Amino acid sequence: MTVADVLTLALGAVAVGAGLLVVTTRHVVRAGLWLVVALGAIAGLYLVLTAELVAWVQVLVYVGAVVVLLLFAVMLTRAPIGASDDLDRTRWPGALVGAGAGAGLAALFIDAFRWTRIDLPEPGTAERLGAALFRTWVLPFELVSVLLLAALVGAIVVSRPDIGAGPAERRRG
Amino acid sequence: MHPTLPFAIAALLFGIGVYGVLVRRNAVLLLMAVELMLNAVNLIFVTADASIRAAVPHAGQSFTLFVIVLAAAEIGVGLALILQLYRLRRTVAVDDLPLAEPGEQAGSGDRAGAGSAGSAGSKATAAGEVAPDGAGVAE
Repeated sequence: MTVADVLTLALGAVAVGAGLLVVTTRHVVRAGLWLVVALGAIAGLYLVLTAELVAWVQVLVYVGAVVVLLLFAVMLTRAPIGASDDLDRTRWPGALVGAGAGAGLAALFIDAFRWTRIDLPEPGTAERLGAALFRTWVLPFELVSVLLLAALVGAIVVSRPDIGAGPAERRRG
Repeated sequence: MHPTLPFAIAALLFGIGVYGVLVRRNAVLLLMAVELMLNAVNLIFVTADASIRAAVPHAGQSFTLFVIVLAAAEIGVGLALILQLYRLRRTVAVDDLPLAEPGEQAGSGDRAGAGSAGSAGSKATAAGEVAPDGAGVAE
């Protein structure tokens, strides 16, 4: 057990515990706040794995933007503030499939990697990642920017009632 | 370090996300569970990037960045759809949604209307067209 192993175990326990609370809590708002904890712990795991650029992008995009958007949606759909009992449907089929998927994947990975040891790459991978991104992966990078623009325009069209709705809706509104 | 640990953590997170997607009824909570699954996949990408020596350097981390951008786009469009759904139907519970055309349905009571119209003797395939009349009669 090295320092990296201990850190990985601790951050992984935080991530899995917070993830369990996200899918089991009875408060809608608290689910979003536990999601912050889970995503932050995963960002810490990225740091342990020497992927510091990915870790900061995770903090900026996920914790900064995605969770705020989710909390806005919770607010705008008038979710109940207190505990509510009707957030889940029957639990045991989902628990069966979820536990099966998790345990099956974990068994697959444990069987594939056993207890092998690796040496982590040197810290400071951001420069090498930038070089790889703008040499090998330039075309997907540009395509992703076009996709972001399309998603932005699509979200605006969907949420504007006067340009996104059908003729019947326009007559009513 | 031992790459088995982060791989197993990612597998457990993916299982938790699957459970959340299958069990949650609120559409916003459903999106949160999808985020957990996407993060599990990202963690697998980053761990593979650190543990497996590939011909192309840092392919895993590059793919993680792409998946993060895709997740941001997905959240933007998904939340716009959920808000529009709430504006039209006044609910975000995914198993309460009536599947009629939005112009035809009158409100939350049309599932009962469709049931009564279906039992009134019309064919099951025509129940969707009969439903608005049944709802009108029921009200």
